[in-house]
Amino acid sequence: MPEFYQYLFSGLTNGAIYAIIALGFSMLFAATDLINFAHGEFVMIGALILVTLWPVMGLPLPLAFVITVLATGILGIVFERLAIRTVKKPDPIVLVIITVGAGIFLRGVAMIIWGKTAKGAPPFSKMPPLEIGGAYLLAQSVWILGIVLATVLVMHFFYSRTLTGKAMSACAINKRAASLLGIATQRMTLLAFAVSAALGGMAGVIIAPITMNEYEMGAILGLKGFCAAMLGGLGNSWGAVVGGFALGIAEAMAVGYVSSSMKDAVAFLLLLLILYVRPTGILGGKAIARF
Amino acid sequence: MKPILRNILVYGAFIGVVAAYGLLEKSTYYLQLATFVGLNTLLAVGLNMLMGYAGQISLGHAAFYGLGAYVSGMLTVHLGWSPWATLPCALFAAGAVAYVVGLPTLRLTGYYLAMGTLGFGMIVNILFREFRRFTGGPSGLPGLPELTIGSINLSHGANALFLVWGCVIVAFFICERIVDSRMGRALRAIHYSERAAAAVGVNTASAKLAIFVFAAVIAALAGFLYAHMITFISPSTFNFLASVKLVAMVVIGGMASIWGSLLGASLLTLLPDFLHVFAEYEMIIYGLILMLVMIFFPEGLFKNLVKLYERAKNR
Repeated sequence: MPEFYQYLFSGLTNGAIYAIIALGFSMLFAATDLINFAHGEFVMIGALILVTLWPVMGLPLPLAFVITVLATGILGIVFERLAIRTVKKPDPIVLVIITVGAGIFLRGVAMIIWGKTAKGAPPFSKMPPLEIGGAYLLAQSVWILGIVLATVLVMHFFYSRTLTGKAMSACAINKRAASLLGIATQRMTLLAFAVSAALGGMAGVIIAPITMNEYEMGAILGLKGFCAAMLGGLGNSWGAVVGGFALGIAEAMAVGYVSSSMKDAVAFLLLLLILYVRPTGILGGKAIARF
Repeated sequence: MKPILRNILVYGAFIGVVAAYGLLEKSTYYLQLATFVGLNTLLAVGLNMLMGYAGQISLGHAAFYGLGAYVSGMLTVHLGWSPWATLPCALFAAGAVAYVVGLPTLRLTGYYLAMGTLGFGMIVNILFREFRRFTGGPSGLPGLPELTIGSINLSHGANALFLVWGCVIVAFFICERIVDSRMGRALRAIHYSERAAAAVGVNTASAKLAIFVFAAVIAALAGFLYAHMITFISPSTFNFLASVKLVAMVVIGGMASIWGSLLGASLLTLLPDFLHVFAEYEMIIYGLILMLVMIFFPEGLFKNLVKLYERAKNR
């Protein structure tokens, strides 16, 4: 049983990170009908900015955290203004190529700024791991789970209690109707990009201590986040969270009981399975299979 | 001019240029560079059929390129088969994999195919790296046999150039036939509106799948040629960045433009050779190219050049 708990904890930790990346995909898709292929790169940039600000420059952690999230959010705004709003013909294929281009561009910039060597970060707090049922739960995992749960609650509050959040939901349901009701839909798109990128940056911040941070880490994280978002039903925020944890746990169990080389294959097999069997995800959500 | 006469002239000129270059150029370096332009053109034209005509994107196209190279490489190195026997196996393997991957993903719209092919490309690359016993792992698979017919070696110099460009010319011809056929019209209809195409009786799913398999087989052919020309293959040749480069070639040349693929592939193969700063800033440059071309010239440079020419002529 202890190893089961050990796999479960590892799955929950990774799952929380996938959940927050998936949330970024999902909320942006809901608001703009767009899938941002550069989303994983925001995670990478977030992680590298944190590594620079906190262990290297010695800023206090909370301050570094806030600056990183704000910086990635601003990067999201710049991205929308320069590369998305300027598109004359917003076909999916055009937007896919543009966001892929942006992703490669950000990766190239990160390689120039931070170099090719991977950088580590210490855990947020130097507490010993908790022992539960014979398995160990790292303090960093507790931080990750706590921050992700807090973020999900804040997002829920934002969507259900604030006027801006409700306006954004209105855009997600029907952009033209929202615009007729006087909602500035362009500004909502911009805000959606900012929040989505900031969520990516936050995922980067919390993952930094438990991974090796380098310019190429974004691609696979982005893919897994997308897989989690698909699992939960793209455009469905709660679905993204559930999908993230489901993917994290499935991955950890596959690594534990089958083989560690299965880790990255799990996400892809699940993704194909979902696309094949139930493209609307486990929790239903917006209809996406049009043909 | 009658279209058939025009075609004879265009292909005649094309064959003439390739033949003249192959016979006159003596530097092995430039011969190899020109052969690489041919390989990339082959890859780009296949991808362009999928992206440009059918409007379906593949972000994992290098995986099919790699499958062609690795299937043939593993069969020749480990089992000692002749490359000519492995060629059908490599093409069939890529086509079959494309069929299986395309079946679920092509039923969905643009984004899902893009994400599905991206994930597929990454997994294939991981497999190349992880199955060390067969693929040689990250350090690659050396010692592939060269292509020969009798005593003629087709893997070096002008012979390799003729072989690769011969494939390019045949591929161009086939692609032009496809574009002008019922299939080509169906693909363009799908690109314009999948729903409308389905409404007038196009079997959209099978048309998309067919062109996806076609593009994969062309890529596998390029992979086969590459593998036996270089006689060494490693996973990094077929990674995500390689797939993005192929997309960039198609995008620069212009989507739905067969001859544009030639321009895109030539530019992106020759430029890094002339500009040595390219290596360090490679990703930044590719990223910028993709974004700028899509924002300012969504139809590609080739079509814009043609338009400029026609405007100048009419003046």
